[in-house]
Amino acid sequence: MTHTVQQTAAEAFRSRPLTPLQRVQRVLHRHPAISPLVVLIGAVIVFALINDRFLQPANLSLILQQVSIIGALAVGQTLIVLTAGIDLSVGAIMIFVAMVMGTLAGEAGVPGVLAFLVGMVVGALAGLLNGVLVSVWKLPPFIVTLGTLGIFTALALLMSGGRAIRGDQLGGFLTWTSTTFAVGPFQLTVGVVLVLVLYAVGAYALSQTAWGRHVYAVGDDPAAARLAGIRTTRVLLSVYITAGVIFALSAWVLIGRVGAATTNSAVDANLDSITAVVIGGTSLFGGRGGLIGTLIGALIVGVFRNGLALARVDVLWQTLAIGVLIIAAVSLDQWIRRAGAQR
Amino acid sequence: MREQQRPVLSARGLVKTYGAVVAIDGVDLDLYAGEVLAVIGDNGAGKSTLIKCLTGAEVPDVGTIRVDGNEVRFRRPQDAQEVGIETVYQQLSLAPALDIASNVFLGRERRRPGILGSVFRMLDHAGMRKEAAEKVDSLGIRTLQDITQVVETLSGGQRQAVAVARATAFGSRVVVLDEPTAALGVRETSQVLDVIRELKARGLGVILISHNMPNVFEVADRIQIQRLGRRAGVITPESHTPAEAVAIMTGAVTVDDEEETGDEA
Repeated sequence: MTHTVQQTAAEAFRSRPLTPLQRVQRVLHRHPAISPLVVLIGAVIVFALINDRFLQPANLSLILQQVSIIGALAVGQTLIVLTAGIDLSVGAIMIFVAMVMGTLAGEAGVPGVLAFLVGMVVGALAGLLNGVLVSVWKLPPFIVTLGTLGIFTALALLMSGGRAIRGDQLGGFLTWTSTTFAVGPFQLTVGVVLVLVLYAVGAYALSQTAWGRHVYAVGDDPAAARLAGIRTTRVLLSVYITAGVIFALSAWVLIGRVGAATTNSAVDANLDSITAVVIGGTSLFGGRGGLIGTLIGALIVGVFRNGLALARVDVLWQTLAIGVLIIAAVSLDQWIRRAGAQR
Repeated sequence: MREQQRPVLSARGLVKTYGAVVAIDGVDLDLYAGEVLAVIGDNGAGKSTLIKCLTGAEVPDVGTIRVDGNEVRFRRPQDAQEVGIETVYQQLSLAPALDIASNVFLGRERRRPGILGSVFRMLDHAGMRKEAAEKVDSLGIRTLQDITQVVETLSGGQRQAVAVARATAFGSRVVVLDEPTAALGVRETSQVLDVIRELKARGLGVILISHNMPNVFEVADRIQIQRLGRRAGVITPESHTPAEAVAIMTGAVTVDDEEETGDEA
């Protein structure tokens, strides 16, 4: 934001040669996915050296399955964080939708496909609720989703009555996401493939469509986006609804992964999805980042947990390591953003 | 001659208040096709609020706006854009993290032809870049070279150039420029003045808000002077000198508002 009059001395200062560190900062500013990629590759190398089982295809396949739920939620979370929002209710919506699908199919005897479709609608409505509160009522996303976190958690518990609905009651369609198949030496599940498809479609929408440009513009500077002729309320609403649908799809992945519809699984998924987004280089201030970074961020979380477990490190130390990673990622983001402020 | 012509954009009795603050208090404005109307006034005279009301950025509390004689109600900037009114706002409406081309086309992105565009909604990145480069080049602002440069890496003047390029590229009826040369150097300023003359020659109406008296007197056909939220008068560069304009602006001198119109409610 320099509005200074061009002076020769100032020009000379501004065109001074960059230090190597500034060059790095500049490159990272342009490609925010590079730093998480470096962390991911470094972690893989270290864990491979510690334990030679780490790189075996069976273990890598396991990591993919372990991160599939967080990875799916993180797609929706990324969209919301790009608009300078945050969603604390992602896990609650997912579990609630899983219970809706499970109760309909397992207890009410509704066909699996129909239960799935109802679940998708419920997810979209949950997103709509968050979206209306954020974009129309202009409440802070943090508070809104803290409230809906409580609402959907309670609804899921009320609906389940503490019981889990077993996989064999759910029928083939809802547990289809657990179906495994071999790709070379790797064992993938339908759920893992679904998550990868979500990333591909999401990344395409963000980079190749007008809607994607508008999501970035609204996150960057909502007032400017409005003056530029973007319907900011509508963009925000569409983001929250899309995210709700993604959380419902995550519920499908969850049912397959757990093999049941239960309120006891994936309770950490909320914060882990934010962790994946942040480590992936998407800025919590909005307008910067993307899904490639988030995919890498989710993989980092999975690799750390899996690698540290293989190295027989206590689970508490894993949590501590992830915490350090978050702070490092946010610090790096701030440092990189300063590159944008200069020149 | 003006008497027979219908204004392309006209406002009657516009009022906008922000709580206890009265920003504009019953302002009229007429803009004819093919003319440059400058709006001048001291800080707090209500220039920017007036412009925001005319371009949909703010909804006036009271008053009517007509475009080619038809009453319009702008509820958002797009409504004004749809009838061909483009604006360069003082606080520029650019997305800092997007590149120049994306910003020029922000809000009216172009899609690829065929199935890629219609079904897959794919943007025509290459086409938009090419066209954005042409629009920026036609402004002659030499400091903008790389159309894929991210806007936040640009200087204030360069950002202003992007905003001016966008407004002039898409304005089909009226272009409103709020302090378009505030961050520009001498050379760039004269280029923007050239652009204003060209818009006028194309038959568009131009509203120019500026503090720069020499610029205003160089390019304007008529000058509307705002004072304390009201229209203090409308003068022409022929009828008054810059010093007299400043005197009216500050309230040292008053003029009869010859264009006072009686058709307001």
